[in-house]
Amino acid sequence: MLLAEGLHHAFGRVVALDGVSFSLAPGQTLAIFGPNGAGKTTLLKVLAGLINPQAGSARVDGGRRAIGWIGHQSHLYGHLTVRENLLFWGSLYGLSAARRAARAAEVLARLDMSDRAGEPVWSLSRGLLQRAAIAKALLHDPAVLLLDEPFTGLDLAAAGQLRVLLGELHDGGRMMVLATHNVDEGAELATDVAFQRRGRFVHFAPRGTRSAAEIAAAYRRAMADG
Amino acid sequence: MAELLRQAWAVARKDLLLEFRTRTAIVSAVVFTALVLTVFNFGRDPTAVSALDLAPTILWVTFTFAAMLALNRAFQLELENQALEGLLVSPLSRTSLYWGKLLANLAFVAVVESVGLPLFVLFFNVPVGRVLLPLVAVIALATLGFVAVGTLFSALVIRTRFAELLLVVLLLPFLVPPLIGAVQVTARLLGDRPLSEAVGYLKLLAAYDIVFVSLASFLFRFTVDE
Amino acid sequence: MSLLHRGRWITLLGLALLAGVYVRALAFTPVERLQGPAQKIYYLHVPAAIWAETAMVLVGLGSIFYLFLKDRRLDRFAAASAEVGTVFAAIVLTTGPIWGKPIWGTWWTWDARLTSTLLLFFLYIGYLLLRGAVRDPALGARYAAVLGICGMCLVPFIHLSVYLFRTLHPQPIILKPSAPSLPGSMLATWLFSLGVFTLLYVGFVTQRYALSLLWEERNGA
Repeated sequence: MLLAEGLHHAFGRVVALDGVSFSLAPGQTLAIFGPNGAGKTTLLKVLAGLINPQAGSARVDGGRRAIGWIGHQSHLYGHLTVRENLLFWGSLYGLSAARRAARAAEVLARLDMSDRAGEPVWSLSRGLLQRAAIAKALLHDPAVLLLDEPFTGLDLAAAGQLRVLLGELHDGGRMMVLATHNVDEGAELATDVAFQRRGRFVHFAPRGTRSAAEIAAAYRRAMADG
Repeated sequence: MAELLRQAWAVARKDLLLEFRTRTAIVSAVVFTALVLTVFNFGRDPTAVSALDLAPTILWVTFTFAAMLALNRAFQLELENQALEGLLVSPLSRTSLYWGKLLANLAFVAVVESVGLPLFVLFFNVPVGRVLLPLVAVIALATLGFVAVGTLFSALVIRTRFAELLLVVLLLPFLVPPLIGAVQVTARLLGDRPLSEAVGYLKLLAAYDIVFVSLASFLFRFTVDE
Repeated sequence: MSLLHRGRWITLLGLALLAGVYVRALAFTPVERLQGPAQKIYYLHVPAAIWAETAMVLVGLGSIFYLFLKDRRLDRFAAASAEVGTVFAAIVLTTGPIWGKPIWGTWWTWDARLTSTLLLFFLYIGYLLLRGAVRDPALGARYAAVLGICGMCLVPFIHLSVYLFRTLHPQPIILKPSAPSLPGSMLATWLFSLGVFTLLYVGFVTQRYALSLLWEERNGA
C-alpha cells in the first residue's frame, strides 16, 4: 500500500503541494500529468521520504527499502564502473555480498547491459546511462517505483524500450507513480490518471477504458480552464 | 549499531575507491601541502627566528589548510548525477552517512598528513624521532575534532551559493581551539618539555573531540534533507 | 501597541538610561587608582561582552528548540539574537582597543579575551552569511539552527583557551569564584550598566523580531 493524506508543502511563498491525497494498491500505476512547476517532483520526493511535508503524511509499506526511484539524474558515480555502482547501492539496501552480485547480473541481463558492466559510468551514452539508472532502481526489487520524467532526454528508440520495460514491471504487480509534463507519454501504462496543477490534483480518476489520446484531450481541456 | 557501522563503511569504502580512481583531489592536496611548507620557508627570516620556534605553527597551519581541501570534496562528489539524492532515498541512515563521510575524510587527511610530516621534518630540520609516537597521537586527536565539525559543515553549505568559500568562513572559528591545543602540545613535544605541562591542552583536545563528534553525529540529520 | 513600537520604546528607554550610566560613571564614581579615567570604558565594555556571549547561548537554545518544535517564532528569535549579538561583539571590539591604547600601550594585542571576542564576532558573521546564502527560508532556518547549536557549544571551548593561554587581560573582577573585589560604588555603577544593556538587548531583539515578522507577512512566506 501507498498512502498519501492531505499533503501540503511550500517553498517560501511558492506552494508546491496543496492538499494532495490518494492511495495505491499493488498492481496500480498512477500517471500524474502537469506543467512544470505544478509540484509533481515535490510530491514524488515526499513519497520517497526526501522531503518532510509541512502538513499531512505519506506512507509506503516497507519504508525506504521498498522504494525504487528513477529521476532526471542517474545517481551513479561516474568514475566507478556500472557493476561497482550496483554493488555499492546493493549494499546500502542491505543485500548480502552474494545476493547483490547475483542481482546485479540479473538486472544487467534484463536491461541488455551485461557487456557494459565493466565500463565506467562516465563513458556511457545518455540512453545507456538511463538504463543503468533503471538497473540501479530495480536492484533491490522494490515494491514501489517512483518515476520522475523518465522519458526526458531519451531518443525515440530508448523511450520505446523504456515503455516496454515499464509495462513488464507493471505486470509484475508493482505499484508505480509516474510524473511527467508530457501527456503523450506513459498514459497507456497507467491504471489511474491525475492532472496536477499548482499543487493540487484537478483531476484524479481510474483510467478505465480511456485511450491515451482521450486522456491527452481531457488534460488540455483541464489546463485550459481557469 | 552493527548495521550503522556496516553502512558507514560501505559509504567510506565507496568514497575512497572513487578517490583512488581519480586521484586528482589527493594529489592536489599533497602538492598543496608541499607548496605551503615551501612558502613558509621563504616567509621567515632564518637568522632571526629559529625553525624550532615556528615549527608547530607551520605544521598546523599547513595541516588545517590541507584538510579544508578534503572537506570541500566530500559532498561535492555526491553532486555528480545527484548521487546524494539517491543516498537519501535509500535506507542508509543519516548517521551512517555522516560516519562514512567522516571516515573517508579522516583517511584522506591522514594520507596528506603522513606525506606532510616527513616533508616538514626534511624542510625544517626538526628532529621528531624521539617524540614520533606522541606526535602522531596529538595529530590524530586534533585532526579528529576539526574534521568532525568540517564534515558536518560541508553538508551544511552544499546547497548554498559560494559553498567552498562559505565553508572556510564557517569553519575557521571552530578550528581555533583544536589549533591552539595542537600547536601548544606540539611545541612542548618538539621542545623536549615534559608532557605534564600540556595536560590542560590535551584535555581540551579530547573534550573537543567528544563534544563535536557526538554533536555532529546528532545534528547531521538536519543538514542533508531538503 | 505593535511589537515594533514596543521594541522601539524599550530601546529608547535603554539608550536614555545608558546616558544615565555615563553621568553616574563620570561624575559620581571614583576614578580607578592605576588605570585612571580609561577605566570608565569598563562600564560599557564588560556588559556588552557579557551580552555578546549570552546572545550566542540564546541563539543556540532557540535553535535547539526550533529543530524539535519547528516553531518559526524560535527561528526568528535566534536570527534576531544573532544580529544583536554581532552588534554587541562589535562594541566590545571597538571599546577594547580604545581602552588598550592608554593602558597596554597598543591598540591590539592577541590577548586571549579580545581574541575570543573576535572569534565570537566571526562566528556571528558566519551565521548571518549562512542565513543569507540559502534561498528557501525553511531550509535556511534549519541550517542556521545547526550552526547556532555548534556555535553555542564552541563558546565554552573558546573560554577554556582563555584560562590556558597566558593573558595580558585584567582577570575577571566580578564573575570569579571568590567575592567581587570591586569597590561598592563602582560595582553599583557596573550593575546599573548591566541592567541597561539587558534592556537594550531586549529592545533590539524585539524590534528585529518584529521586522522579520513584517517582512514575512509582506512576502507571504
